[in-house]
Amino acid sequence: MTYYRPSKDIRSWGGVIRGEHEVAAPAWRDEVAPIIAEAIDRKFPILASGARRSYGDSGLNPGGALIDTVGLDRIVAFDPQTGIVRAEGGVTLDTLLRMFVPRGFFLPVTPGTRFVTLAGAIANDVHGKNHHLAGTFGCWVKRIGLVTSAGQELELSERDNPSLFRATIGGLGLTGVIAWAELKLEQIAGTLMDVEKTAFSNLEEFFELSTQSEVGWTYAVSWIDTIMAGRGVFLRANHAPASDRPPRSSERRYRVPVNFPGFLLNRHSIRLFNAVCYHKGRLRAGREVVPLARFFYPLDAVDNWNRMYGRRGMYQYQSVVPASAQADATREMLAAIADAGQSSFLAVLKTFGTKTSPGMLSFPMEGTTLALDFPNRGSETTRFLDRLDAIVREAKGRLYPAKDGRMSAEMFRLGYPDWQEFAKHVDPQFSSRFWRRVAG
Amino acid sequence: MRLVILGATSAIAEATARLYAAEGAAILLVGRNDQRLSAMANDLRERGARLAETTVCDLVSEPDVMARLEEFAALAGGIDHFLIAYGVMGLQGEAEKDPAAADAVLRVNFNSVAAWSLAAAAYFERERRGTLLVIGSVAGDRGRRANYVYGAAKAGVAAFVEGIAHRFADTGPRALLIKPGPTDTPMTRGMAGRGMLWSSPEQIAAIIYRQARKARGPVVYAPWFWRYVMLIIRNLPVRVFNRMDI
Repeated sequence: MTYYRPSKDIRSWGGVIRGEHEVAAPAWRDEVAPIIAEAIDRKFPILASGARRSYGDSGLNPGGALIDTVGLDRIVAFDPQTGIVRAEGGVTLDTLLRMFVPRGFFLPVTPGTRFVTLAGAIANDVHGKNHHLAGTFGCWVKRIGLVTSAGQELELSERDNPSLFRATIGGLGLTGVIAWAELKLEQIAGTLMDVEKTAFSNLEEFFELSTQSEVGWTYAVSWIDTIMAGRGVFLRANHAPASDRPPRSSERRYRVPVNFPGFLLNRHSIRLFNAVCYHKGRLRAGREVVPLARFFYPLDAVDNWNRMYGRRGMYQYQSVVPASAQADATREMLAAIADAGQSSFLAVLKTFGTKTSPGMLSFPMEGTTLALDFPNRGSETTRFLDRLDAIVREAKGRLYPAKDGRMSAEMFRLGYPDWQEFAKHVDPQFSSRFWRRVAG
Repeated sequence: MRLVILGATSAIAEATARLYAAEGAAILLVGRNDQRLSAMANDLRERGARLAETTVCDLVSEPDVMARLEEFAALAGGIDHFLIAYGVMGLQGEAEKDPAAADAVLRVNFNSVAAWSLAAAAYFERERRGTLLVIGSVAGDRGRRANYVYGAAKAGVAAFVEGIAHRFADTGPRALLIKPGPTDTPMTRGMAGRGMLWSSPEQIAAIIYRQARKARGPVVYAPWFWRYVMLIIRNLPVRVFNRMDI
C-alpha cells in the first residue's frame, strides 16, 4: 500500500514552471508522519503543498514528493473570548471567512486572494493592505504544529522552539509539514468597507497620499499604470461601523475556462485596460461603502484568471525597496519598464510599515513594494527582469520568493541576509525547486 | 434534523456531515478511530452542528445491532436520517487466491451493511418515519474481472436496499441507495488514473444531501450520468464486454 501517486504535470500559479511529482494527500493529521516516512524510504525529497497559489517554483518539487495538505481542513477549536482559532493547515482563508465573518471576526491580515491555505499563508508569511498597522500574517500566528522528518509533531511558539517557530513563518514549507496552527482573528463590527478612491498623476503624489494614510486608515493600496508611468488610483479603507444593511450573500463568480491565446495580452490591450482603469478611478473618485469581498478579493471573482496569460504563463515580479531608496528606485523601475517596451497588466504599489516580521525569511520590510506581472515571452522577459533585479539590488531591496521562479542565488542571498541562519532549520529531507536553486 | 453516520470518517461521509452541520443538525458519528471521530466532531460543531457526538463501534463484528442502534438513537436524540457510508475496496487478486480475504470484503461491504439496514428499518418502521441512506457503487451493476468481489457485495446491497424501499412503500419511511461512480477518496488511493469521470467526495455529498430530502428513489446514481453509462455497460453483448479492459 502506497500513499503516493505519480502526477505528470503539476504547475504553479504563474504557469511557467511545471514538473512531475509523486503526490500524497493525507486526509488526517495522523497520516502525515507515515507519508513522510514513505517518502524517506523511497528517497524522495519532500515538500508540503497547499492551494498551489505560489507563482514560481517555491511550491514545486519536481522529481520529488508533494504532500498535498488541502484535505487537512478541520477547525480544531475557536475561542470567541480571545478570537484565537486553531485549525488544520489545509483550511483555506475562504473557509475561515465563511465560518467566522458571520460571528463578527475577520482575518488580522489577508492577502489579495482568499483561496490560499492557512499553512500556505504562514509558510509565505503573506502581507495585506494593512501592513503599516498590522505587520505580516505571521505576526498573528500564536502556535504551529509542525511534523518533521524525525516523525514527531513539534509545537512551536515564541516560547517553545522559538527559533524553529521563526524559521517556519515565511519558511516556504522547508522546515516540515504545518499540520495545524493558531491564528488570532480580529473583531469587526460589520461586513462592509468604507473605501476612498483618489486618482494620482505621479509618484510624488502617491508617496504623499501614502504618508497621509498611515494614520486614520487601516488599509491602503494603489494600482499603478506602468505605461503612462506614475499615474494611478490610490485606495484606502476602514471597516465600516455596523449597519442594518444585510451583507450580500451571493457573489457573482466568473471563470476563465481555457488558456487564452498568447497574443491577447499585448502592449495595446494592456494600455487600453490600464487607461480604462485610470479614468474609471478618476471619474469615480470619492467615498463608497462596499462589501468585504469586493474590496479585498476583486480577482477572486474570476476563477483561474491566470489562464488569461495563455499556455506559456506569466512571471510575477514583486520587489520591496527600503524607505531610504523607495522614491528613486520605484521611479527607476517604472522607467526601465517603459524603456524596455514592457507593460504589466496589473501593477500594485504599496508602502510597508515599520512592524517587524517574525520570520527569518519574511519578505516585507519598511519601504515600498511594487508587484508586477508579465506574460512569459521566454528569454526576452527574463533578461528584462534581470534589469529590474539590478535596480532592486542597488537599492538594497529584495524579491518575494512566493512570486519568483527565476531570481539568482546571489540576488536571494543578498536580499535575505539571515538565509544561512534559516538554512540550519531546514529539514534535511525537505526541499523545493526554489530552494535547490538559491541555496543548493 | 438528526443524522447518524456509520463509517463517519470516510471522505464522502465527512463531506456530507458538513452539509448537515451547516443547517444546524444534530449528528452522531460512528466509526472505529476515536481520535479521528473527535477531530471531525470538533470541526462539525464549529461549522454549525447543534450537536456532534461520537461513538466507537466495530461495525463489522457488532454482535447486537438492534440494541446498539437504540443506543445511537438515544445519543442523537432520535434519528431522522441514517447514513451507512463505510466500505473497503479489498484487493481483487488476493481475494481470488484466498477465500478468507474474499469473505472479509463480502462481510464488510454486504453482511454487516445488511444487518445495520435491517436494524434501521425496524427503527424507522416503529417511528413511522425516517430515511435510510446507503452508499452502493456502480461496480455492483455488472461483474467485472477487476473487482467482482467488491462489486458482488455492492450488488447485494443494492437488492437489499431496494427490498427495504419496497417494504416501506406507501408508508412513512424511505430507503435510498446512492451509487457513486469512481470517487477520489482515501479508499480509491490504490486505483490508477483520475480522469474526467471521477468525482470529488464533495460532489457525491451534495447529491446525497439533496436526494435525502426528495421523495424519490430508491436508486440514485451520482453523478446522474452514471445511470446511462451503466445502462450501456450492462447491455453490452458478452463478446464485446469480454474484449474490454474495464
